[in-house]
Amino acid sequence: MHQKVDSSLIKRKVTKNRLFYFIFILATLISLSFLVILIYRILSQGIGYLNIDFLRNFPAPYIDKAGIFAGLMGSIFMIAITAPVSIILGVSTALYLEEYAKDNKFTRFIQVNVQNLAGVPSIVFGLLGLTFFVYIMGFGYTLISGALTMSLLVLPVIVVASQEAIRSVPQELREASIGMGATRWQTIWRIVLPTSIPGIITGSILALSRAIGETAPLIIVGAAAAIYTIPDSFLSRYTVMPIQIYSWTARPQEEWQYVAAAGIIVLLIILLCMNAIAVWIRNKFQKRY
Amino acid sequence: MTTNNVFKIEDFNLWYGSTQALYQVGMEIPRNEITAVIGPSGCGKSTLLKTLNRMIETVPSVRTSGTIEYNNQDIFSKKQLVEELRTHVGMVFQKPNPFPKSIYENVVYGPKIHGIKKKKILDDIVEKSLRGAAIWDEVKDRLSQNAYGLSGGQQQRICIARCLAVEPDVILMDEPTSALDPISTLKIEELIKELKKDYTIIIVTHNMQQAARISDKTAFMLNGELVEFSDTNTLFSNPSDKRTEDYISGRFG
Repeated sequence: MHQKVDSSLIKRKVTKNRLFYFIFILATLISLSFLVILIYRILSQGIGYLNIDFLRNFPAPYIDKAGIFAGLMGSIFMIAITAPVSIILGVSTALYLEEYAKDNKFTRFIQVNVQNLAGVPSIVFGLLGLTFFVYIMGFGYTLISGALTMSLLVLPVIVVASQEAIRSVPQELREASIGMGATRWQTIWRIVLPTSIPGIITGSILALSRAIGETAPLIIVGAAAAIYTIPDSFLSRYTVMPIQIYSWTARPQEEWQYVAAAGIIVLLIILLCMNAIAVWIRNKFQKRY
Repeated sequence: MTTNNVFKIEDFNLWYGSTQALYQVGMEIPRNEITAVIGPSGCGKSTLLKTLNRMIETVPSVRTSGTIEYNNQDIFSKKQLVEELRTHVGMVFQKPNPFPKSIYENVVYGPKIHGIKKKKILDDIVEKSLRGAAIWDEVKDRLSQNAYGLSGGQQQRICIARCLAVEPDVILMDEPTSALDPISTLKIEELIKELKKDYTIIIVTHNMQQAARISDKTAFMLNGELVEFSDTNTLFSNPSDKRTEDYISGRFG
């Protein structure tokens, strides 16, 4: 039996479909246009101030002498400490949760809390760092305080990303290894880690690029606004790029805004490079099974 | 000390959480023969197989009672290191599961984890194992290629070679041909018959013809119980239990 097709109903459905199509396109265009405006504004203001001296100079009271060298080196040194600390702790935690921990209430409790920590505002980590590293451990307002605070900040993100990567290793591979008399650790070292390392590295780089752009917690743990040396020990005073940029934007003369824009360009280039490396690793080690 | 039985299973029960999967299983598995375990899905045949090298313990919440002896040693005793048991009792899985590594690295995985480092010895093991698994001629010129590039049947023979490389005494096979086409299946079956000379083989299979073709002894399981265990010819031509007869004549399962 054929049902009579109500063509007006179909027309309405098709129109509705088109409507949603345009809504989604519009949404995409709106977010994209803000990105374009941002990049245009930053480039048009900052590109004139961006030169090799800007990268080499310390912050100076004169606009043509000002540079981001201290911030750049500070950010690099900070990541050089934050990366190993957070990756070693994060991957170990993920391995424990995925490979060793029994599936019980306690494990699930840790699991949920790690995920919650990933959503805690960064300023809260700043307060934690201030209390623990600056005062209790007595590191003061130094590079190591800032770097360890940042490690705490990115740690939950690295744990969650590593867990995902470890979980995606097929169970059959673990069984094959265990079935030949390998211990759990041998299986982790020879099978699980090599297979999941691209995912772990990608997640870690993305987490660390968040740390590079982060300002709030470092203001609390005392990164300096203007500093004329680069750190020479863990206990040196330091600054990082976002703080340097922030201090420039706070100055009254308009030209400092352009200097800040130049700083933002440097920061963005570094972030883009880190993300590009993450994408490159992901594509290079694309799953083979 | 050596008897003709590799495994002696007595009054063996197994639970997943509160669900009992095996009931009072008792059987003796003869050395250098092929023992097939058949039965419908969910009858506990894979569970029983995985218990023999304690792979079942990777499933949380498993409890057991009764004894299983391997060469007169209780496999559940505190003295028995599970890693050591698994070097003697190897396993080939349902789905071919080579590592995402080269063919060579796949085969030497076992020897390497047990501490063999010399290149010369490893090379010899690779050739011997691949020959043993009847795949040497097909892959000898491309040992450095990733094992994922091979066909399913070849992958499964690589997995068998990888198992042989550890020089086990017993090989457990969990439906090793169920993911393969008929020609690959035939090759694996011929290989299994060949392996019988040097190894004791216990094979779980869905395929009753396969059990009839290759095995010396057959066990029929149903709902976690061992219904019948006898010579393959006897079991298929003259079963003593009504349920076995119903199953092999295709009345259920």
